[in-house]
Amino acid sequence: MTTLVEALRLAALQEMKRDPRVWVLGEDVARGGLFGQYRGFLEKFGPDRVVSTPISEAVIMGAGLGAALVGTRPIIEMRIFDFVMCAMDELVNQIAKIRYMFGGQARPSLVVRMPHGLWRNSAAQHSQVLEAWFAHLPGVVVVAPSTPADAAGLLVSAIRSDDPVLFFDPKNLFGVEGEVPEVIEPIPFGRVRRVQSGNGLTIVSWSALMPAVQQAAAVLASRGIGAEILDLRCLWPWDQAAVVASARRTGRLLVAHEAVEVGGFGAEIIACVAEHAPGVKLARCGMPRVPLPFSPPLEEAIKVTPAKIVAAADRLLAR
Amino acid sequence: MNATTANAAHWLALHRSMCRIRAFEETALAAHQAGDIPGPLHVSIGQEAVAAGVCLNLRREDRITSNHRGHGHALAKGAGVAGMMEELHGRAGGHCGGKGGSMHIADFSVGMLGANGVVAGGIPIAVGAAQGLKLLGLDHIAVCFFGDGAINRGPFLEGLNWAALYRLPVLFVCEDNGVAAFTRAADVTAGPGVVARAAALGVPAVTVDGNDVGAVDAAAARLVAEVRGGAGPRLLHAQTYRHTGHTSTDAAAWRPADEVAAAKQGEPIARFEARLLAEGVATAAELAAVREDALAEMQAARAAAMAAPWPDPATAFSDVLGA
Repeated sequence: MTTLVEALRLAALQEMKRDPRVWVLGEDVARGGLFGQYRGFLEKFGPDRVVSTPISEAVIMGAGLGAALVGTRPIIEMRIFDFVMCAMDELVNQIAKIRYMFGGQARPSLVVRMPHGLWRNSAAQHSQVLEAWFAHLPGVVVVAPSTPADAAGLLVSAIRSDDPVLFFDPKNLFGVEGEVPEVIEPIPFGRVRRVQSGNGLTIVSWSALMPAVQQAAAVLASRGIGAEILDLRCLWPWDQAAVVASARRTGRLLVAHEAVEVGGFGAEIIACVAEHAPGVKLARCGMPRVPLPFSPPLEEAIKVTPAKIVAAADRLLAR
Repeated sequence: MNATTANAAHWLALHRSMCRIRAFEETALAAHQAGDIPGPLHVSIGQEAVAAGVCLNLRREDRITSNHRGHGHALAKGAGVAGMMEELHGRAGGHCGGKGGSMHIADFSVGMLGANGVVAGGIPIAVGAAQGLKLLGLDHIAVCFFGDGAINRGPFLEGLNWAALYRLPVLFVCEDNGVAAFTRAADVTAGPGVVARAAALGVPAVTVDGNDVGAVDAAAARLVAEVRGGAGPRLLHAQTYRHTGHTSTDAAAWRPADEVAAAKQGEPIARFEARLLAEGVATAAELAAVREDALAEMQAARAAAMAAPWPDPATAFSDVLGA
């Protein structure tokens, strides 16, 4: 069994061994990174490929792009997702546009790793879940895995991709254990993982909320309600076909995400299913539109929990 | 300077490069005013010596990044005129297939990694290109053109610190035309300026008269050699003057007329021509012929662009992602 963070370490290690053009830049990566996701890389690959940088997010992001344009394949480590706000011009105006704006001349072959989400009461500037912003942004791939195997396989795909891939590391799940194959094969973008089958309703979720969804499903199962659970894994491209097919079959769709409900990616999924499978009963479950508070009882009051998912499912089933 | 045969050829190339930039932009300005070029157009008339003086010291494989006033940098680096003029006209055969326009001119085939619509936006990209080139073990360099307005943005500080820290092969070129859009740079810039800021970050910097192409060329030749030799980053501060307004629709009427007139008196092409004549490098007729040829080339390119097909609307959906 391997933890999720170790799976990610092994995936990056495999790809850096495989391709000398792959390198990593970000704060403290030569010391193994904030979460140990690059532990031992400096010793193996040296300081030119494992570059601990100044706290200069704009140049961490922009330099990654420039280095990609001359044929290298950087892994751009943002340390904590929230710090990407300091590099938004480089990400949104430059990276996301460059292939299109220059008529296909540019190959922005880079990965931006952003450990995101709630984690150890880190409060308002270290806990945000804003993946929907980036799903809204043309020109990037958005990946948000929840298991060690998926995280590893999707990171391999991200590193090998010629597109800019925004990789949302689920930092609250870094300690979760699972099986990871010795040779990590790439997992294609845009395909759901069916966690369990069921006929009562479909629950779509991703990233750090998946364990809560599975706990909620266990409660529903104890009452004889079978939930079909789909782990979306990628927000762009996303597996519309699988979600629509499952929702059509069960007749009920609940989308649960850690992010704020208003304008969250759940709204896009719900709208898409409403258009393509009229008659399916639809519901969402996300956080209220409130910044993340620090104190444990305050955080508990707003975060999405198994009980809130069960309650949302109950309301949906009653309709 | 003494006109040996070798540097006479180089001086004539500098002159020709400046004349082609001037002719391109005067032609584009007319096309914009005629309504044939849509969108914003930022021309660098009066600043040609900086682009020519720097880029003629570069190899094809060297990379440059530019800013919103980037036609000159692209042309001097060798970008194809037909592709540039078509791009400005929004045509299918433009370097970017009509998706970029004037503000996003790029020609990767000659190492021109793009103009940029965001002030200082090219700085991190150039720094990264230099880092990538170094990582790949190549001896190509990156050159980053930006204006005086860019030195008040964070990426300038971050980028110079970074380049000095990793001793990257990058030449920063601050093309100082004295105005940040509609505001005098001096009115919004504290302290002694870009050279002192660079020095504070460990980046050796020199100031040259950016309207004297000979001075720009000599400084660039030296700095490019140092950068290519592994000495780390350098900064060239070239002081020049923007003859026109910020965009093609801005008259910059707030500037005193005598200031503009004086700047036009010292404009780089006429000034260099006087020197070439005095040195006996070319005759007045030969220099006039270069100017006329440049204008004819650009007018032909404009006519060709006007006759060229618009992009197929279906191409609006391509190049978003590669897969």
